[in-house]
Amino acid sequence: MSRHLPAFLIMTPMLGAFLSPLAVMLGRTARNAVLVLFSLATLVISLGIVSATMGGNVLVYVMGGESYTLTMPSGMAYPVRIMFEIDGFNALMILCVAAATFAGALFSVAYMDRFSGWKRYMSLYFMMATGALGMCATGDLFNFFVFVEVSSIASFGLVAFWRDKPEAIEASFKYMLVSQIAAMLLLIALGALYGKYNALNMAAIASMARGGTLDKIVLALFVIVLAFKCGAFPMHTWMPDAYAEAPAGVTCLLVTVSQASFYGLIRICFSIFPGVGGAVVPWILIVLGCASMFFGVMMAVVQHEIKRLMGYHSISQVGYMLMAMGVGLLAAGGAEGVYGFKAMTGGIFHMVNYSVYKALLFLCAGALYYATGTRDLDRMGGLVRSMPWTAGMFVIAAAAISGLPPFNGFISKWMIYESSFAVHPALTAIAMITSVLTLASFAKVFQAAFLGPAKAALSGVREVPCAMLAGMAALTLFILLLTLFPSWFTSRLFDNAAHALLNHQGYVSAVMGGV
Amino acid sequence: MTDSSVKAIAKVMDSVGDSAYVVVALIVLMALYAMLTQKNLLKVSIAISVMCSSVNMFLVLLGYRAGGNIPIHFLKGDESALMVLPTPQCLTLTAIVIGLATTALMLSLIVMLRKHYGTLDIDEIRRLRG
Amino acid sequence: MRPMSVVVTKVCDIFAWFMVVFGALIINNGHNTPGGGFQGGAVVATFLSFLLAAYGSRRVFAWVRENIFGFMACFGPLSFFVFGCLGFPHSFFFNSIAVPEGGQPISDWLPYAGTISLMDLSVGCGVVGALSMIILLMYKSIHMVETGEGMGGERGHDRFER
Repeated sequence: MSRHLPAFLIMTPMLGAFLSPLAVMLGRTARNAVLVLFSLATLVISLGIVSATMGGNVLVYVMGGESYTLTMPSGMAYPVRIMFEIDGFNALMILCVAAATFAGALFSVAYMDRFSGWKRYMSLYFMMATGALGMCATGDLFNFFVFVEVSSIASFGLVAFWRDKPEAIEASFKYMLVSQIAAMLLLIALGALYGKYNALNMAAIASMARGGTLDKIVLALFVIVLAFKCGAFPMHTWMPDAYAEAPAGVTCLLVTVSQASFYGLIRICFSIFPGVGGAVVPWILIVLGCASMFFGVMMAVVQHEIKRLMGYHSISQVGYMLMAMGVGLLAAGGAEGVYGFKAMTGGIFHMVNYSVYKALLFLCAGALYYATGTRDLDRMGGLVRSMPWTAGMFVIAAAAISGLPPFNGFISKWMIYESSFAVHPALTAIAMITSVLTLASFAKVFQAAFLGPAKAALSGVREVPCAMLAGMAALTLFILLLTLFPSWFTSRLFDNAAHALLNHQGYVSAVMGGV
Repeated sequence: MTDSSVKAIAKVMDSVGDSAYVVVALIVLMALYAMLTQKNLLKVSIAISVMCSSVNMFLVLLGYRAGGNIPIHFLKGDESALMVLPTPQCLTLTAIVIGLATTALMLSLIVMLRKHYGTLDIDEIRRLRG
Repeated sequence: MRPMSVVVTKVCDIFAWFMVVFGALIINNGHNTPGGGFQGGAVVATFLSFLLAAYGSRRVFAWVRENIFGFMACFGPLSFFVFGCLGFPHSFFFNSIAVPEGGQPISDWLPYAGTISLMDLSVGCGVVGALSMIILLMYKSIHMVETGEGMGGERGHDRFER
């Protein structure tokens, strides 16, 4: 049974998507049960996958047959089949996506209750989760493209879900333009690779790529496209709009979809084209990272609308991860392996942290919007008395994102500071300034929304329903676990993931068999 | 497909050479240019469709191998002829349908925008939003 | 949309069905030629747009029932899932080309392409339903912009005050 875990991972949310029109027809209880149970099942399966990959194992699953090649009568073997390849790094990303799916589903039960259109909402929600999980699990480049399209088409629909708001439609349109250009460029890159190597399997391409001119062009295309999709600085414009206008449960999942694109970028740089382009690629990542970090937080500080503010913070958080991975990639090519390894562990730790606390922050913002009916910080105030649970969880998430010492955000940021200092002190300085500005910005949010005198207009505000609190509590629990046992997580999961990324030969030979 | 028609296609493709790829690149650039300069949302969506088609053209071009036969088992005819691996054709078909779905969604969004703002001009929409 | 001239409607009467036949051919041969449910379904769905263009909206809307398309779009994916699970001792969906040389197919009642051809049929059903529904809904939305009727009935989605 455990052999089939990767297939179950994709099948569970897919079955949820197909069943949801029926479930909505059967009534409210059936609908909520399907939404919560299927996302819970996905989470359980992803935990199974994480434990299966823990000792450095690589799970390989071939769709439709035993081996991924098709042997012709003439003896030629073509790598044709769709396959999933999951190592320590993918497994962590899958866990993040599944956790966000579960939390967002719990939150949506109450949050979306007063709206119609549940059939579409649930189907698209599960399809988006399927797409994000597939992007993380797949070992085939064309399949990666298909999953990118599945998740992005579902998210266009969900961003524009409140179709009575012109801003939502506009945000969706903008997001669609950007991701369609990105998808077409991705397809060109895939086609070029196919034309050269006659294969679309990631491991097969990795075993054949030698860093010629075509490889460099393709790598450049991939970096552009996936930086588009994960919202790095010059290509970030869709991100705050889409994050702000989507329903909160969806935003929580959108964060992980952009994480899945980031995963694709890292996988392509580390496992498929390791060392192609020399030091140029890591420095591009580092520069993109610094720019996203700094400009993202600068744009966030001046915002007055809570979800847009958090959207701009996402850009700066993506910057941290880009910088950490750039440092890791720089060191992976050279001799200084120690700080490079630390940078990668820190970067992976930060990816997990980011998907968890950012999802929690967006859910808190959604709770505030649900309770007060506004997203404008100037019209909130004194909510700590009426919404104590939301306030408490917001404090935990805000402390984690701004890197206050006991929390998990501090640990991962500290690892990034230490390792980036070895490359250039200026990188650390930028990262620290960003961290201080993040703290300032979230202190402002907390002060504006929760402290101060209670506004007369908000006198009837009460705590949000239990289901929404449960969704937020699931993520808070995850943050507290990461905070309390960082060394266990680092030694068991993050180091394992970093090893899996650096072990390019292992990724290839798990499929190709000892090349 | 008969042997003579395979040869005829090979002859045409020989004379075309790599210039087919240049045409594809030109169409992609034209679409990108239109996307960046046009103000009308409908024209922008047309540009996206053109870009989809040009990428599909690129994939079909890649699928051509000199002297190869069509990858359809029961139509193959001549047993000695080489069959082309049908992966690029499958990619193209999938990409066409994905492009169709996206175009439909994009047109629907344009209808909604028109309903909200009463115009399709990007600048006008930005001005109305204020 | 107004109905077009008699010539067009007659030609439509004769030829529109060939689109369905061609689409069905693509769906049915998906397991050994390029094509399959997704692509064939898209061809079949053009039948409805052909009818809309030739006969005009009033007659077409009197003919078709959207619920049928909704049912197809719901039933297709579910049966896809069930057919996919049939291949399970091996993997999710099963493809007979995958049988190693000299191996035995998993079951004697499955068709020779494994579960792929069955899954093609169900995907075709789903895609026909979904794309036909998209065509009908998009057509209705044009009407909605012009006259403003057909809105309402949804909670929280229909404020158009600008």
